[in-house]
Amino acid sequence: MEIILFEIALTFYFAAAIVSILELFKSTKTSSYIMLGLVVAGFALHTANIVARYVISGHIPIANMHEASSFFSWCIVMFFLFLEYRYKLGLLGSFIMPVVFVFMVSSSMLPRKMEPLSPVLQSYWLGIHTVLAFIGDAAFAMAFGIGIMYLVQEHFVKSKHLGGLFQRLPSLQILDEINYRLITIGFPFLTLAIITGSLWAESAWGKFWRWDPKEVWSLITWFIYALVLHVRLIAGWRGKRAAVLSILGFCAVLFTFFGVNFILKSMHTF
Amino acid sequence: MKVLVIGLNHKTANVDIREKLAFNGPRLEEGVFGLRKIPDVREVAVLSTCNRVEIFSCVNNTVAAADSIKNFLAAFHSITRTDFEKSLYVHRDEEAVRHIFRVSSSLDSMVIGEPQILGQIKDAFDFALSKKTTGVLLNKLMKKAISTAKRVRTETRIAENAVSISFAAVELAKKIFTNLSGRSFMLLGAGEMAELAARHLVNNGVQDVMVVNRTYERGCELASEFNGKPIRWEDFLHELVHADIIICSTGAPTYVLLKEQMLKVMKERKQRPVFIIDISVPRNIDPEINKIDNVYLYSVDDLQEVVDTNIHGRKVEAGKAEDIINQEVEKFLRWMSSLESVPTIVALRQKAEEIKREELEKFRGRFPDLDAEKVKAVEYLATAISNKLIHSPTVALKEDSEDRDELIAMIKKLYGINEDEE
Repeated sequence: MEIILFEIALTFYFAAAIVSILELFKSTKTSSYIMLGLVVAGFALHTANIVARYVISGHIPIANMHEASSFFSWCIVMFFLFLEYRYKLGLLGSFIMPVVFVFMVSSSMLPRKMEPLSPVLQSYWLGIHTVLAFIGDAAFAMAFGIGIMYLVQEHFVKSKHLGGLFQRLPSLQILDEINYRLITIGFPFLTLAIITGSLWAESAWGKFWRWDPKEVWSLITWFIYALVLHVRLIAGWRGKRAAVLSILGFCAVLFTFFGVNFILKSMHTF
Repeated sequence: MKVLVIGLNHKTANVDIREKLAFNGPRLEEGVFGLRKIPDVREVAVLSTCNRVEIFSCVNNTVAAADSIKNFLAAFHSITRTDFEKSLYVHRDEEAVRHIFRVSSSLDSMVIGEPQILGQIKDAFDFALSKKTTGVLLNKLMKKAISTAKRVRTETRIAENAVSISFAAVELAKKIFTNLSGRSFMLLGAGEMAELAARHLVNNGVQDVMVVNRTYERGCELASEFNGKPIRWEDFLHELVHADIIICSTGAPTYVLLKEQMLKVMKERKQRPVFIIDISVPRNIDPEINKIDNVYLYSVDDLQEVVDTNIHGRKVEAGKAEDIINQEVEKFLRWMSSLESVPTIVALRQKAEEIKREELEKFRGRFPDLDAEKVKAVEYLATAISNKLIHSPTVALKEDSEDRDELIAMIKKLYGINEDEE
C-alpha cells in the first residue's frame, strides 16, 4: 500500500517536472495551474506514504537512504508550495521540480525494506536530528534553485537579451532577497542539526566529535553558508556572488548527503 | 439594416482636422442626438479620441446615410465639407464590422496593442446606450467588439512588452528592483528624452529625486518640477552613492563616470544594485561599467533595440490577431443575416408546417377508420388555421418598420425558433 502511494507520488512529481520544464518554453495560466495541481496531488500522496511508513514501522521513517531521500524531497516540496503561496514567483517550479524529481528517483532506486532499527538508531535523537537536518537542507535546495534563477535572469539583464524568458522570470531583487532569506532559515537548522548530532554521538558512541567524513562534510557545508551570510553582511556580497555561493553550498550539501555514503566510508548510515 | 462606419484617424487626417471634427464634452451628447435624427440613421454611437473620430451607425441606405452624415459633420462643426472629406474613410457592411473590431483590438492604433482604445470604445458605447441612441444591432456589435478585443488580448501577445524607450526603461527597472516605490533616482543633465523617462519613473513611484546640472539654476528648476533636490555638479560623484537609478544625458564630449569611480561607489553602496541609463550621444558613461557586478548599464541604443524587437514582436502578433478578427467578423455576419426577415419568415412557415404535419399524423393514428374524404377535410381545416395564425406575424415581418430587429428577435422567441449562432 505505502509503496503504491510512493510510486503514484513519484509519477505526479515526474509529470510536474515535465510540465515545469515545458513551461520554460511556453507558459500560460493553465499550464502553471496544471503544474501546481500535479505537485499538490503528489505532495498529498507523498505525505500519506510517509505517515503510512511511520505507522507500519513505529518510528520516524528516516532510517535508511530510501527514506531519507524521500523525506528530503518532501521537505523541498513543502518549501516550494509555501513560496508559491507566498510570493508566486514565475517559473519557480521549472527550477525546483526537476531537483525534487531527481531526489525521488534516487530514493526509488534505493532499497526500501523496513528493517528493525539498529540499537544506535533507537533514540529520540533520530527524529530530532534528522528532521532538523532535512529542513535545513531543503531550505538550501530552494536557495540553490533560486540562485540558478538569479544567474539566468542576471545573464539576460547584463547581456541585454530581453526575450520571453526574461519577461516571465521574477525580478533580480526578489530572487536575491528570497535566496538570502532561505539561507537565514537553513543555517540555524543546519547548526542545530550538527549540535543535536554531536549530542547524539556522545550518548551513542561516547564522543561528541569523531572526525567522521559525514561530520567533516557537514562542517564544511556549515562554513560555506556561514561565509555566505558573513560576506553579505560585511562586504555586501549580494546578487551574483551570493547566488554562486548558494549553489556551491548546495553542492556541499549534496556531497554530504550522497557522496560521503557512496564514495567515502562513514559511520553514518545515511 | 446595414452597418456604416464613417471616420478619420491619425493615419488619414492631421491633427488640425482631427481637432475640428472632435466631439468634446457636451458637444458629444448634442452630436449623438443630432446624428440619430438623420432619417436614414437608425442606431448610432460616436467615438472621439485624440487620435480618431468615428461614427458607428446602423442605417437603411448606406449611400444616402453617408452623404447625410457628412453634411451633418460639416454643419455641426461649421467647416466646409471639402475641407475634411478627403480625410474620411467610409466602411460598409463586412468592412465596417471588421474595422470596428480592428479598432477595439488596437490593431488600428498608432502604437499597435496599446490598451487605452478598448476603454474609450466602452465609454463611447456606454454613453450612446445611456442616451438610447443604439439598438439591437449596434448593441450586439459593440459587445462583440469588446469581447473580440479581449480575445485578441488573451490569445496573442500583442500587448506584451514595452514599445517606447521610457516604458522600456521602467519595465527594465522593475525587473531589477521589483517595484520602484522607495527607490532613489538621479537625473544627470537634462534633455527631452531624459526628462520623459524621469517623469515615467516618478509616476511609477520613484522617490528621492536628485537633479544634477552643470548650471545649478537650471538644476534647481528641473528639481522643483520633479519635487526633487538639486545637486551641484561638483558633488555628483559623492551623491551617486545614494542613487539606485541614474539617467544620464549631459552632452559632455567625454565620459563623466569611469569604471574606477563606479567601483568605489559600489563599495560604498555595499553592492546594492544600480541601474544606469545613458541617453547621451556621445556616451557619457564608460561602457566598461556594465561589467561591474550589480551594475546594469543601458545606452539609448540598447533600449532602442529592445523597443525595436518588441515592436517587431507586436507586428507578428498582429497577424494572429487578424485571424481572430476574421473569425469574429464571420460569426457576427452570420448573426446579422439571421436578423433579416426572410429567414425568419421561412422558419416560421416551417414551424407551422411541422406542427400541422405532426398533429395530422396523430389524428390519423387515433382515427384509422376514417374515410379519405373526411381526412382531406380535416387537412384542409388544419392548413387554413395554421396559415391564418402565421399570416399577421408574416405581414409584420415584411413591413419595413423601425423596430423590425426587435420584432424578429421577439417572434423567434415566441415561436421557439432557434438561432443557429455560435
